[in-house]
Amino acid sequence: MAVDEKLKIELGKQGVLVTTLQELYNWGRRSSVWPMNFGLACCAIEMIATTMARYDIARFGAEVFRPSPRQADMMIISGTVTKKMAPQVVRLYNQMGEPRYVIAMGACAISGGPFKQGYNVLKGIDRYIPVDVHIPGCPPRPEALLEAFITLQKKIDAQPLTGEGRPRFLDAEAPGEFPVPDQGQHDLEPPSNRSVWPVPITLGNRE
Amino acid sequence: MASNPYFALTVLFVVALGFGLAPLGLAWLWAKIFSPAKPNELKNATYECGLVSKGDAWVQFHSGYYLYAIIFLIFDVEAVFLLPFAAAFTGLSLAPCLAMLVFLLLLVEGLAWAWAKGVLTWA
Repeated sequence: MAVDEKLKIELGKQGVLVTTLQELYNWGRRSSVWPMNFGLACCAIEMIATTMARYDIARFGAEVFRPSPRQADMMIISGTVTKKMAPQVVRLYNQMGEPRYVIAMGACAISGGPFKQGYNVLKGIDRYIPVDVHIPGCPPRPEALLEAFITLQKKIDAQPLTGEGRPRFLDAEAPGEFPVPDQGQHDLEPPSNRSVWPVPITLGNRE
Repeated sequence: MASNPYFALTVLFVVALGFGLAPLGLAWLWAKIFSPAKPNELKNATYECGLVSKGDAWVQFHSGYYLYAIIFLIFDVEAVFLLPFAAAFTGLSLAPCLAMLVFLLLLVEGLAWAWAKGVLTWA
């Protein structure tokens, strides 16, 4: 049940704290997002800087970098995803427990970046796994990563627990498995996961 | 029963046990009832840094490793004793010097035995 926002503020001024189960649940969810200890390229250096005292991601409850996907909630794709590495990244994402979030950090992770024309670079990790927040930049500064993390927290906060728009892990119908691509002769097979990344219509592939 | 001198201790013991077990039980219950489990083959696969795991996790090591480890340990310990022995060498009297040499001789004997048995050649 939703509480009127104005009434809540008014009650808060009087020293009465009103909350809903959804707010409490989402507060817990967004305040303890543990990232996976996993870096791919130069963006990882910025990610490491974000965890250190100067930028201090611990202020947002995300300082516990776990070396195993079993204990992590968030995957920061920090850098270039080569086609050699993509299957491993997707497999690691699959092995994380629900709820899981993905931040694609930097130009390479979101689109291939300066290596977009390279034969060996994946043109954005969102071709295989659902990405929650994209950060442009090459590399993005630690402030940008913090901003992305705050954006993710806001996104978690806004999610209803039931009905339309609820998170995947609360939806029994939603798929929990994201197929791992294989190394094909020329490209990864399949080149993208159609269920998370609808192939954009271009002049070349219009039917 | 309450007059028993151990009664308070028993109560404390039960409370301490409950204090430890209750959170575990609650966590287990929470996981059973509320946790949104979405298991699949890919997720439950053995974690090996993102790669497909090859073979069984229960690998058998060659018994040769065991002998190497033992011999390594002997000389590791020897080094620990040799260092202070060398540092204090000039100020030592005959007795500790002899004791140290006996210790060394025992270890050399062990090495000679291992050598004669052919342990040092990798089979």
